[in-house]
Amino acid sequence: MLIGIPKESLRGETRVAATPDTVGKLIKLGFEVQIQSNAGADASFDDAAYTAAGAKVVKPREVWNTSDIIFKVNAPNDDEVGYLKAGQTLVSFIRPAQHPDLVAKLNEKKVTVLAMDMVPRISRAQALDALSSTANISGYRAVIEAAHCFGRFFTGQVTAAGKVPPAKVLVIGAGVAGLAAIGAAHSLGAVVRAFDTRLEVADQIKSMGGEFLKLDFKQEDGSSSDGYAKVMSDEFIKAEMELFAKQAKEVDIIITTAAIPGKPAPRLVTKEMVESMKPGSVIVDLAAATGGNCELTVEGKIVTTDNGVKIIGYSDLAARLPAQSSQLYGTNLVNLAKLLCKNKDGKINVDFEDVVLRNMTVTKDGEVTFPPPKISVSAAPAAKPAAAAQQKVEQRQVSKKLKVSCVVALIVAFALIGLFAPEKFLPHFTVFVLACVCGYYVVWNVTHSLHTPLMSVTNAISGIIVVGAVLQISSGTSIIISIFAFIGVLIASINIFGGFAVTRRMLAMFRKQ
Amino acid sequence: MVLGPIHMAYILAALLFILALAGLSKQETAKLGCLSGMVGMTIALLATFAQVDTATGFILIIIAMAIGAGIGIYVARKVAMTQMPEMIACLHSFVGLAAVLVGYNSFLELGGSAAPETITIPVNATADEIAALLEAAGAAAAGAASTMSVGELNTHLVEIFLGVFIGAVTFTGSIVAYGKLNGTYKLRIFKSAPLMIPGGHWLNLGALVVSLFLMIWFMASDTPSVAPLVIMTLIAFVFGVHLVAAIGGADMPVVISMLNSYSGWAAAASGFMLSNDLLIVTGALVGSSGAILSYIMCRAMNRSFISVIAGGFGNEGAAASTDEEMGEYRELKCPEVAELLKNSSSVIIAPGYGMAVAQAQNAVAQLTEKLQARGIQVRFAIHPVAGRLPGHMNVLLAEAKVPYDIVFEMDEINDDFENTDTVLVIGANDTVNPAALENPNSPIAGMPVLEVWKARNVVVFKRSMNTGYAGVQNPLFFKENTAMCFGDAKKSVEEIVANL
Repeated sequence: MLIGIPKESLRGETRVAATPDTVGKLIKLGFEVQIQSNAGADASFDDAAYTAAGAKVVKPREVWNTSDIIFKVNAPNDDEVGYLKAGQTLVSFIRPAQHPDLVAKLNEKKVTVLAMDMVPRISRAQALDALSSTANISGYRAVIEAAHCFGRFFTGQVTAAGKVPPAKVLVIGAGVAGLAAIGAAHSLGAVVRAFDTRLEVADQIKSMGGEFLKLDFKQEDGSSSDGYAKVMSDEFIKAEMELFAKQAKEVDIIITTAAIPGKPAPRLVTKEMVESMKPGSVIVDLAAATGGNCELTVEGKIVTTDNGVKIIGYSDLAARLPAQSSQLYGTNLVNLAKLLCKNKDGKINVDFEDVVLRNMTVTKDGEVTFPPPKISVSAAPAAKPAAAAQQKVEQRQVSKKLKVSCVVALIVAFALIGLFAPEKFLPHFTVFVLACVCGYYVVWNVTHSLHTPLMSVTNAISGIIVVGAVLQISSGTSIIISIFAFIGVLIASINIFGGFAVTRRMLAMFRKQ
Repeated sequence: MVLGPIHMAYILAALLFILALAGLSKQETAKLGCLSGMVGMTIALLATFAQVDTATGFILIIIAMAIGAGIGIYVARKVAMTQMPEMIACLHSFVGLAAVLVGYNSFLELGGSAAPETITIPVNATADEIAALLEAAGAAAAGAASTMSVGELNTHLVEIFLGVFIGAVTFTGSIVAYGKLNGTYKLRIFKSAPLMIPGGHWLNLGALVVSLFLMIWFMASDTPSVAPLVIMTLIAFVFGVHLVAAIGGADMPVVISMLNSYSGWAAAASGFMLSNDLLIVTGALVGSSGAILSYIMCRAMNRSFISVIAGGFGNEGAAASTDEEMGEYRELKCPEVAELLKNSSSVIIAPGYGMAVAQAQNAVAQLTEKLQARGIQVRFAIHPVAGRLPGHMNVLLAEAKVPYDIVFEMDEINDDFENTDTVLVIGANDTVNPAALENPNSPIAGMPVLEVWKARNVVVFKRSMNTGYAGVQNPLFFKENTAMCFGDAKKSVEEIVANL
């Protein structure tokens, strides 16, 4: 089937839905690819490169007219909807929840529409999760934009001209964008702190080099089963705002990435907080497109406040890295194509048995299939730590009782031995007890890696029982004794020689680098 | 016969054994430790030979030892490192059997001599022999052995009885452990899954109580009769089989070290019967070292020793969790794994029993060398109960010439996972299961595990999505940073090496 890549019509859009690299991959899957002339120009991919990769370069309208499948970045505008024909398949960002009228129009055209923003957040679908790959780029770019506006170094230095303190960065929301921002800021040398309502991301923040700011508040976890954060209680928000207000006075840069799907962005940075920040500080608001996390954000612009704080409200951060964005988005599309075309024969099948495809499909065969049935992505079942703790306490009590009874039993045993055992037994018993203690101290600190050799050597040593059999063999009171003793000597010898030999063999293998 | 030098030789041997165990606790001194154990054993044997006074006895000993040495050394040379657990279990059973034989002999030597209704054993040939033994061990003063009081006789009988009991349990228990580890036998008791007989615990308790009564009978009868001893031996045999058969394959490290401990106690009990301090010291050393190893293993699995011994791990609540929907997993092919490794700067390999099964240790070592040649830091993380024997993984890696100073145990390396690019989990499952920490209802809840999921990428080498020995599904496989690489571990690793 023929895949068409039109040039993006949205103003300021620099990305393209395929790069020469991804074109090659699509052709390998059995598709033919045609691309509108100059489609990749803004992302530094010229027509010659596409031709070299195997694509046909065509005139604008031809893409829409002749392609079976259209790969796009942005949702089609009214003109473009008009170009579509029944039976075609369109893949692009759609945001069906926000644009029901667009969905209705596309449905009238009887095109099959797959929304790249509707990829479910399950592990298997990660390879086509365009929101994640876009967010990753936005997070990185947010730090670069902040660094551009920030009048100082990110990293701390001690130079001949004096000491430079490192920049302090606060990242709010540790989703993909937030984590990318944490990583980028950390590798520029800044001190990074991050906050998220979902407690589970603390480890992820740490792994990217950030410090997780924990709220001094009773346990409330903002995780939800669809992988996004949920709306928190009023009390929680109040505590959260106090934290931000405190942090705002300290940090140089705030990057906000908090978004709740299908709702306006939560207001997290108030006017007062901005006013409390040091002059020269920077705020990057990644939620500018949905209203902004900061009260003073203006979409698409940099605002400088009276006290010299710059608030960056770009909503096109991903488009500011066009080559990278196009490459990642193009790869997402290739991965989608792999899912659509399992046989690599260039034919697609929108299989509703596959939850990923089901979830992404907005319209199919003249029917609106949005919203899709809900799928849960969280793997871990609900935990009950409290109950477990209680159990542990009980166990500990039990073991205490056990210890006491053991001590009592030992005392009784000692008393019994002392009362009844004959004198001759006692020296042996002394030796026995001391040897036990000795064994305990000798073995206690053994390295884990030597457990096996230790075991085989103790095995060999316990072959010392041969001494008993040897002494009995010669006593010769009866033939049975001799036979038993003979067997005893034989098998104990296997132990001694086998045990030592195998220990030596093992130890010879251990070597140091 | 000169008793002084023999006694001193025994003390020397005992000291050398202690040195041997002490030496074995560190890599640097391990070889020396093994050597001192061998020297100690030689001294002990020579000192014992000096007490053999009949020529036929001497010839018999030489023949028996030659055969035993031949078999022992042959097996030790031939055994594959992956089969170490079986070999050790097998050796344990020999000690157990030897203890049983020595016990019976002690009883038989006593047999004809204990006259009814008499407190003292009359001075006759057999008693002389006993006296000679006692003298030989340096336990009694010269000429003091002509009599044996009631108390002494009873103590002696108890020693025999206990020695035989422990020996018998060790013998059959070890054989069952051997069968379970070998895995090729069809018999139900040799299957890895625990054998649960209804009321199994009561049977065990019953066996112990009956044995106790038999011991009282054994002591109380005027003429020490062989019947209670034989009945008890049979009960102990069955008891040993049941004890180990009821323990699942995953608990084998504990079982092996427990049997090691038993074999030591059996030797110590023999020492008591023969009044031989060397045997007592050695048996106690081995017994306590085995007990400590079992304790370390149990702690590594967060399980009480009693519950392992009593059996029944992996069948409480495990069924409920296997059916749970865990989500989707991601699969990577070998060339992609190779690509991932190339782009990593630090790699940790966490091997498990699967590596032993697939004999993948040499391929893993090769992979290590290739990665190190690229300047990538490679380390190994070993869970204390990985494999079927304490320290099993270390031996396998050592066999493949992986230097031991890049092999770390869990506590040393667990904090480093978050700063690691890629973790390769090769044939491990339960020891890397996050459910142990996250899900309090999991059968393995609370068991310390390797926290591999904290690394940036995790690749799990597995044959299929089946559960591990504990029968628990592993949420690690469904984590976002985890990828599965299906297939035989050895082949997969070799393919990755080829792609590097």
